[in-house]
Amino acid sequence: MLDHPRARSPEPKVIAGAKSDWELVIGLEVHAQVASNAKLFSGASTLFGSEPNSNVAFVDAAMPGMLPVINEYCVAQAVRTGLGLKAQINLVSAFDRKNYFYPDLPQGYQISQLYQPIVGEGEIIVEMGPGVARHVRIERIHLEQDAGKSIHDMDPTMSFVDLNRTGVALMEIVSRPDIRGPEEAAAYVAKLRQILRYLGTCDGNMQNGNLRCDVNVSVCKPGAYEKYQETQDFSHLGTRCEIKNMNSMRFIQQAIDYEARRQIAIVEDGGKIIQETRLYDPDKGETRSMRSKEEAHDYRYFPCPDLLPLEIEQAWVDAIAGAMPELPDEKKLRFINDFGLSDYDAGVLTAEAENAAYFEKVAEGTDGKLAANWVINELFGRLKKEGHDIGESPVSPEQLGAIVRLIKAGDISGKIAKDLFEIVYTEGGDPAEIVTARGMKQVTDTTAIEAMVDEIIAQNPAQVEKAKENPKLAGWFTGQVLKASGGKANPAAVTELVTRKLGL
Amino acid sequence: MSALNELTISAARDALRAGELSAVELTEDCLAAIEGAGALNAFVHLTPDIARAQAAAADLRIKAGAAPSLCGIPLGIKDLFCTKGVPSQAASNILRGFRPEYESTVTQNLWDAGAVMLGKLNMDEFAMGSSNETACYGNAVNPWKVDGRQLTPGGSSGGSAAAVAADLCLAATGTDTGGSIRQPAAFTGIVGIKPTYGRVSRWGVVAFASSLDQAGPMTKSVRDAAIMLATMASHDPKDSTSADLAVPDFEAALTGDIRGKKIGIPREYRMDGMPAEIEALWAKGTAMLKDAGAEIVDISLPHTKYALPAYYVVAPAEASSNLARYDGVRYGHRAKLGAGDGITEMYERTRAEGFGKEVQRRVMIGTYVLSAGFYDAYYNRARKVRALIKRDFDLAFAAGIDAILTPATPSSAFGLGEMANADPVEMYLNDVFTVTVNLAGLPGIAVPVALDAKGLPMGLQLIGRPWAEGDLLNHAYVLERAAGFVSKPGKWW
Repeated sequence: MLDHPRARSPEPKVIAGAKSDWELVIGLEVHAQVASNAKLFSGASTLFGSEPNSNVAFVDAAMPGMLPVINEYCVAQAVRTGLGLKAQINLVSAFDRKNYFYPDLPQGYQISQLYQPIVGEGEIIVEMGPGVARHVRIERIHLEQDAGKSIHDMDPTMSFVDLNRTGVALMEIVSRPDIRGPEEAAAYVAKLRQILRYLGTCDGNMQNGNLRCDVNVSVCKPGAYEKYQETQDFSHLGTRCEIKNMNSMRFIQQAIDYEARRQIAIVEDGGKIIQETRLYDPDKGETRSMRSKEEAHDYRYFPCPDLLPLEIEQAWVDAIAGAMPELPDEKKLRFINDFGLSDYDAGVLTAEAENAAYFEKVAEGTDGKLAANWVINELFGRLKKEGHDIGESPVSPEQLGAIVRLIKAGDISGKIAKDLFEIVYTEGGDPAEIVTARGMKQVTDTTAIEAMVDEIIAQNPAQVEKAKENPKLAGWFTGQVLKASGGKANPAAVTELVTRKLGL
Repeated sequence: MSALNELTISAARDALRAGELSAVELTEDCLAAIEGAGALNAFVHLTPDIARAQAAAADLRIKAGAAPSLCGIPLGIKDLFCTKGVPSQAASNILRGFRPEYESTVTQNLWDAGAVMLGKLNMDEFAMGSSNETACYGNAVNPWKVDGRQLTPGGSSGGSAAAVAADLCLAATGTDTGGSIRQPAAFTGIVGIKPTYGRVSRWGVVAFASSLDQAGPMTKSVRDAAIMLATMASHDPKDSTSADLAVPDFEAALTGDIRGKKIGIPREYRMDGMPAEIEALWAKGTAMLKDAGAEIVDISLPHTKYALPAYYVVAPAEASSNLARYDGVRYGHRAKLGAGDGITEMYERTRAEGFGKEVQRRVMIGTYVLSAGFYDAYYNRARKVRALIKRDFDLAFAAGIDAILTPATPSSAFGLGEMANADPVEMYLNDVFTVTVNLAGLPGIAVPVALDAKGLPMGLQLIGRPWAEGDLLNHAYVLERAAGFVSKPGKWW
């Protein structure tokens, strides 16, 4: 396992209360929609944005006598995710029914995995800066069905139900309470999302509800968390509240911050935190109670008798493991080691698998650092300004690679390269051909440069004298020659000639 | 030949293939018999148009020399099976008017084999009951009668049993969660087999208790049961609990030879207060099998006494969850709502109006035993008991037992309304000999053996090894031949 052994843990976020300092303890349950064309227990499509109630099989609508059949691809996706989080894969898992009534839950129960999840303990390394990372333990990942959608604002007296999402496969990824601040929570979700997208097991589109999370927040006095870590005894921690269904990084942070301050105020006032489920209202910037522990549903979990225990074979798991893509941490480390990139640049380039793949094509057979500069500063800068993502880039990696190779070979200067990039970006074309056709090639022919140097020296005798007294002024001659060459003269060659001719 | 509806499947099959009768004639006789049997209230939805079309098509297949196993055989279908475009409402008001857009795997197998659908049969609501009195259609009536008293045909497959016993059809489908095929078969003097759990697909059969439900045939003879079960059974990828096993030719297993087989007589099935007649019947059956060359062995199934309580925890628990889908949102009955009523009122009123008393009772029991704080004491304990009951059977079979002989029911058919004011547990006692088989997932068959002093049929149950229905049917065949039970109810309807 590629690790960052020297990374130290970040400092926990400390909030100063009226009476003392407080620390936060956060655990997340992320619901990630499994990237799959079909639902978890039916063949119906999972396409987002379809006509309401058009992607509904008889079993999704819970018609009498209909039975669920597990979608093997979804199981493979869960296993792939588990492997990506270096987690225990359980060869035997089982499905349970979570019973409750709601119109968007046609069966009257959700099929989930309470007692025997398919994936056990794993870990995610969340980088919080150079050499600083939080190791967040994953408790489990289980497969479950999503519910449909209730729509209450289309009619004053009626509610409507859309079952398209009903039965879509979700992975619930449960962390241990190892996250210590709002920024860490957001970084954890971002890292998890990045890994899932690398694996191709979840699209991670938070706006579509593709990735949502429930956040458990409690507060404790400094020192208490360390006692919990030593003993794994939750009594050292404060009572937690669960904030449901967050689908934005910004709201996650705001909600945690608000919730922590709310809890601190209560405790400092001599009150007690009531364990409950809360909702975040982004308009008011506050969380409010949804239901207390007493009002909590009794879900009457029991093993789903329609499904046999899910048994998978080690060989099947091994085959999935053998076809795993390179993961972000590994890729980043390789970029640092193989291309000599900085931690920051490697991080930027590996944020999305598509970006990394683009970069690697650009860097093929040339200077990786130079390629990284051009990808990050020129291309990404330009794309971002125009609101495009990498898939929409008008410059192909082959084209950008050609530009980098022209620079590296000394055929064009950095300045000319920017002009060339602009031409390729707006007009397209083969960079090498453009350079030739438009006479952009850098002059390295010393005879031609020598003539220019001689001419400039001859025309500026006063400057020559000054330069001889102060060699730093030789740069002025270099500038003049480059200007005269229209930027095409090789700056290194010019500098060398100027120095020699001035006898410095 | 008059009254073709009185034929068995095997006799009709042979006559059809010999060209001695047509499927259309056979079907018309059944339709006429049904017409005249309104008093039995066995058929609750008739499908004469489908029947006539299927019969005509069957005649063409027979003529073409390509007649599959049940070609032209008119059957009745329990209302629990979803049949495409035909009312399928599990005898419940909550599914009033429900016509599925799909066909259950079992019935599809039957139609593919050339069978003819006469209509849907009465049953206890959602298969919950032992007397057919919980049906929204009113009870079916047993064609057997004593002193002018109307009797129950048993339940939950009461309509199926009544229809077969009264020759309204050649055979019928039933389902059995705790005895719902075997008890009514015994009460009406016919044969009924519940196969090994997983032998028959549950897809398209309205679920009562998923881990116990199995469909099976209810027929006039053991041979017919063998023929029909072979057609109903199949591996179905749409049912995850369906076994991926080839279906043997069960009819070919009927050799009539059980010499050297070991028959277990479980001592725990000798219940306190068991009627002498049942005791005598059991002894008679034991003697018959012994005379046929089988070895009789006293065996012990020590956890038997816990079976009924365990069953009445597991079955309602699963039912409470399975029946949650009947909420008035998508199909079936929805209560009329007043201004200001919300979703809670809709659920409460819809389910209060749509479900009968017994279904409500079991949903409440099931909800209770699964609820936080009671789960371990009830549901988990019942699961453990279930495992022990299965182990009892495993040990018996491992010791070389081939089949186990027990009474099918604690009594012959009782009077309709007789249990109306009784403690529900008294009704549940009807299942005392049959529930163990469901809990253990084994095949069990009820065979009519004799009439009691009142002139009512009494049956015995044979329990077989898992997946050995052929062997079980062969034992039943021997018992059937030895008993020579040929009595038919006198026609009064």
